[in-house]
Amino acid sequence: MNWLAIGMFVVIVGITLGITYWASKRTKTTTEFYAAGRSISGVQNGFAIAGDYMSAASFLGIAGLIALYGYDGFLYSVGWLVAYIVVLILVAEPMRNSGKYTMADVLAYRLSPKPVRSAAALSTLVISTFYMLAQMVGAGSLIKLLLGIPYEFSVVFIGIMMILYVTFGGMLGTTWVQIIKAGLLMFGAIFLSVWVLGKFHFNLVDFFNKIAAQPEHGQKFLEPGQLFKNPIELVSLGMALVLGTAGMPHILMRFFTVPTAKAARTSVLWAMGLIGSFYIMTTFLGFGAAYFVGSSAVKAADKGGNMAAPLLAQTLGGGPGTVGGEFLLAFLCAVAFATILAVVAGLTLAASSAFAHDFYVNVIKGGSADEVTQVRVAKRTGVVVGIIAIILGILAKGQNVAYLVALAFAVASSANVPVIILAIFWKKFNTGGAVAGIIVGLVASVGLMAISPNVMGKAAIFPLGNPGIVSIPLGFIAAYLGSVFYNEKSAAAAKFEELYVRANTGLGAE
Amino acid sequence: MRWDKIAQSEDFKHLISIKSRFVVIAIIISSVYYFALPLSVGYFPKIMNQKVIGSINLAYLFALSQFFVAWIIAGVYARVANRHFDPLADKIKKQYVGGLEK
Repeated sequence: MNWLAIGMFVVIVGITLGITYWASKRTKTTTEFYAAGRSISGVQNGFAIAGDYMSAASFLGIAGLIALYGYDGFLYSVGWLVAYIVVLILVAEPMRNSGKYTMADVLAYRLSPKPVRSAAALSTLVISTFYMLAQMVGAGSLIKLLLGIPYEFSVVFIGIMMILYVTFGGMLGTTWVQIIKAGLLMFGAIFLSVWVLGKFHFNLVDFFNKIAAQPEHGQKFLEPGQLFKNPIELVSLGMALVLGTAGMPHILMRFFTVPTAKAARTSVLWAMGLIGSFYIMTTFLGFGAAYFVGSSAVKAADKGGNMAAPLLAQTLGGGPGTVGGEFLLAFLCAVAFATILAVVAGLTLAASSAFAHDFYVNVIKGGSADEVTQVRVAKRTGVVVGIIAIILGILAKGQNVAYLVALAFAVASSANVPVIILAIFWKKFNTGGAVAGIIVGLVASVGLMAISPNVMGKAAIFPLGNPGIVSIPLGFIAAYLGSVFYNEKSAAAAKFEELYVRANTGLGAE
Repeated sequence: MRWDKIAQSEDFKHLISIKSRFVVIAIIISSVYYFALPLSVGYFPKIMNQKVIGSINLAYLFALSQFFVAWIIAGVYARVANRHFDPLADKIKKQYVGGLEK
């Protein structure tokens, strides 16, 4: 038992519950619950996006991949930042201008609401589930490794925390949990990076020279090809990373919390600054762990390399058993824990809004439900989503986390992104195209993943671990063909003008 | 509701034309620059493995440059949007907001 780590966990839990209590007093209406009353400023939202986005996969996963495979791990960092160009230029402002709480609001504007909302709710639930599972499995293993608390107990605990944040704190509480987490994560990363580079007198060339000079690594460690052997795989992964972010429901939802499109733009710029700086620092954390801890020692602690950053902190602090080492290890683990809590809260909220707002209120109730009922249903859905996440999290014990995250990004980029982009920019797009695009993108990405080497190993039918290069074009083609062959009776094209004006000017924006 | 009238107005058409031109160019530049990275490290590892300063090779510098290029494109977008897109959108909004009430 690491009492220091437990103490820090308790502090983080206490602070976040305090925020939740404060937020619960300010969360009564639907807009307050889903969109924090549109009261979040651009800068705050920038921090919250960073907090929502940089998951355990970023902090623990990438540092681990770099510590084990060197250069190739850094390619994830690059893709995950460049993705925000798509978000900034194509989706953030139109979303804010024409949506209310979910991406389906934007689609339902000009298309037949019931089929479109049902399809969008389905893809949102699938993406949130895979992404949430990845976080739960990661968190469960991490806490077990550090504190010796059984995996199942950790998963139940995280599930309860996220239910509390979301049902009581709503979007306001979730936002502040994410802002604090982003601050903690940046502090942790800067702190470790400065320490690592300080050991080399802040000479970057010396840093890389010394790594290359280690017999365990050599110059090869700084070169591509240690993890990805197939260039097509690299391109496919790149496509899913770069486009997937623009289809991530928990990220899109953040744009509804700010008052104007301009604030949405400001928030992406801040998020890009934070996320980019963090990802550049992953090289110091990852290569630093490889140098100071050693790749084999990192691998010995966890096969996936997920313990690289915490082990680096422990080693820099003086090693296992020393006060400094144990303190830093506990601090880093607490940061990782806060990271996971903030991301799962955002995902729970996105999943709840997809079910409660899109499916229950607008499909089952035909849009006619009063405020009180809407908030009540949203909260109940949050509880149900949390319980399902706990059950699936326990069942998914031992699953490969990277695979689950890749799947979430593949589905988001193949099912959501083609439909969002075409709805905003293409006049002839219609309900047939939206439903076909979402369903084909969803089935293609999940199906190809099921027959990929990640699942079937050497017997794989589909040769790539990332289906993006096939499933993303399929999503676009299905959305195109669906629009061409489906004869829409309602005035989808006429409605396009309305959406187009709204999306580009902010006229009539809520 | 006069959405079609706004959509046909000179101001709106002008906004869309300058905006689309910028968006298309920005997306093409960033896509070409981004996908050049996986393609070059995948297909031309010999060139990318060239050391530039000490052990730091072209592959790392190229990957690192991606962050700065993304930041620059984002910065240029924000500047253009603040200076050119927003004033036009505001003008349209002011003009039509009265006429949009039912």
